[in-house]
Amino acid sequence: MNELQISSGLLLAGALFMLGLIGVLIRRNIIFMLVCVEIMLNAAGLAFIVAGSKWAQPDGQVMFIFILTMAAAEVSVGLALILQIHHQLKTLDGDAANSMKG
Amino acid sequence: MNLLVTPLLPLLGSFILIVAGSRLPKRMVPLVGAGSVGLSAIATLILGYRFISNSLTSIDITAWQWMDVAGFSPAIAFHLDALSLIFIFVITFVGFLIHVYSAEYMIDDDGYARFFAYLNLFVCSMLTLVLANNLVLLYFGWEGVGLCSYLLIGFWYTEEKNGYAARKAFIVTRVGDTALGIGLFMLFQHFNTLNIQEIATQAPQHWAVGSETAMIVSLLLLGGAVGKSAQLPLQTWLPDAMAGPSPVSALIHAATMVTAGVYLIARTHAIFELAPDALMIVGIVGAATLVMAGFTALTQYDLKRVLAYSTISQIGYMFMALGVSAWSAAIFHFMIHAFFKALLFLAAGAVIHALHNEQDMYKMGGLKKKLPVIYWTFLIGASSLAALPLLTGGFYSKDQILWLSLAGEHGNIWFFLFGLLGAFITSIYTFRMLFLTFFGEEKTHVHHVPGNGINIPLLILAGLSTIGGFIELPHSFGHFTVFSDFLKPVLPSISIQEGFEGIEWMIQLIAAGVAISGVYVAYVFYILKPGLSVELKSSAADLNSFFFSGWGFDALYDKFIVRPFVWIANINKRDIVDQLYEGLVWGANALNRVLAFTQSGILRWYIMGIVIGGILLLALGIVKG
Repeated sequence: MNELQISSGLLLAGALFMLGLIGVLIRRNIIFMLVCVEIMLNAAGLAFIVAGSKWAQPDGQVMFIFILTMAAAEVSVGLALILQIHHQLKTLDGDAANSMKG
Repeated sequence: MNLLVTPLLPLLGSFILIVAGSRLPKRMVPLVGAGSVGLSAIATLILGYRFISNSLTSIDITAWQWMDVAGFSPAIAFHLDALSLIFIFVITFVGFLIHVYSAEYMIDDDGYARFFAYLNLFVCSMLTLVLANNLVLLYFGWEGVGLCSYLLIGFWYTEEKNGYAARKAFIVTRVGDTALGIGLFMLFQHFNTLNIQEIATQAPQHWAVGSETAMIVSLLLLGGAVGKSAQLPLQTWLPDAMAGPSPVSALIHAATMVTAGVYLIARTHAIFELAPDALMIVGIVGAATLVMAGFTALTQYDLKRVLAYSTISQIGYMFMALGVSAWSAAIFHFMIHAFFKALLFLAAGAVIHALHNEQDMYKMGGLKKKLPVIYWTFLIGASSLAALPLLTGGFYSKDQILWLSLAGEHGNIWFFLFGLLGAFITSIYTFRMLFLTFFGEEKTHVHHVPGNGINIPLLILAGLSTIGGFIELPHSFGHFTVFSDFLKPVLPSISIQEGFEGIEWMIQLIAAGVAISGVYVAYVFYILKPGLSVELKSSAADLNSFFFSGWGFDALYDKFIVRPFVWIANINKRDIVDQLYEGLVWGANALNRVLAFTQSGILRWYIMGIVIGGILLLALGIVKG
């Protein structure tokens, strides 16, 4: 894989990560926030893959599988939390869950 | 008979009365209170008999070691010599008579047991003071009597002014006590001991006559003595101390406690002899005080305040005697003064009692026929106070002071003249008091005539203040010097200046003439032409009010000490030192408010925080490189 491909791969990963991050920051609907977190995870995974192919090492792909597994677990926990929030607050607005404010 | 018994018995009595006083039947209270002091007086008699018959110079006893830290090892140890024997004799006997008197005088008071408990505790503390063989124990007794004085001045504590008088006495004497405390520190620094006898033997080897340290230590000791003995400039507390019951005024504020300063100076005379200038100051303080208090006593109308100022004045005589190194004359006057002043206070108390707490002399009068016993005993006491010649004890003691203030080795003409002036004023105010109270027409009805419990102590004290004088007769007639011979092992005798040997009878004649002319002046002003005193008073109203206020000392102290202090205290009400710590608390609170604002509870803000933190860390990594 040549230089151009690496940098464009990393750029894509960075762009995805930023999109996810902005999504988390500006979205109030917590389902969308969860989806954006998934996007960020996948961006990180993509960066691993690109880096693994650069040095021709399998570690990058191993890491991606790890991230995938973790993401699955995270989503299940996250969805459970969302269900609880919806159950408690009757809304999906993330800002409504602010009863911990100081 | 053990020396310890004397102070322990009153302590035991006080303990019983404090613990069980309210549960004891009323008859038992004076039995415990007066009985313990009576037994203590008997113990003193036995001790004195043994002391004199075996011609001992001292009896020492150590009860236990109080503390022992780095060479500082005061013991609870008592030292009986001629000086302390005279003091414990006066304390226990006069104390006992006053206890007996109080048994009837205070019978209707709710605090009957409390009164005797305090009085017993006082006797114990006073005995500790005069028997102590080291200055630390002396200081302990010194503070003990101060405490009892405070408790007894404020005995009727429900009235605010009594509490004020008690606090005033306590605080003013504390000023002197602080000086005394510093003096003790200095003594310990120089001698590494506070044992009085050791200091007395070491001092002449350590210090040259007139050395600066001896001077400073003497002045500090004098400071303590001045506070306790109500001399200039700390005399303001004693007149107010009359807020206490009359037996208290008699025992504490006339006969015993206020003479503790005289005792202290006599006891530490070895140090004072090394500082002639300090001794001179003692004499000046005494001379100034005796005249100042005499003029004030002339203008008072409250019977007990006249007596209070006369006490200050008479202690002034003792200080003057100490100042001219006439040690035994000072102690002799102390003893006679204790008798006649206790008598006068008790008689005054009986008058006040009989007239239902009337203390204004101008509202009394004509009591001669109604209260004959009180009148005759008061007359004897007053004659002794005025030093009427030949028959009264006061004549012999005061005459000796006057003679030695002129002819003694440190005497000078000014002391003598002040003493004479004081003697003249003394006999005027004494007989003014007598004439106003017992002569003329009756102005207040006598409610009840005191019984034997009051009369007998008065008669005994009257006897003592008369015959007490005969144990020391001057050279010019009799030359009978039991008292000063007895004191000689403790207090050095005084030699007479050359050229004065033959004229003692002249001085006596002058003193006698002055005393009698004082009585005559009082007779003219208050019996023959009663209008004259009113005229005089209105023609010199300013001077009268100046004298009446005790030469303005209270106002002076109020203006220059009390008010500035209250002002500073008001400023410092919120504790200036605390401001630093309060500032710290305020800062922490402000920071907390700012940080609490960031904890908004909104998840997206937290994420933003994490992102900004991450960016900052990355930027740092890039810049550092």
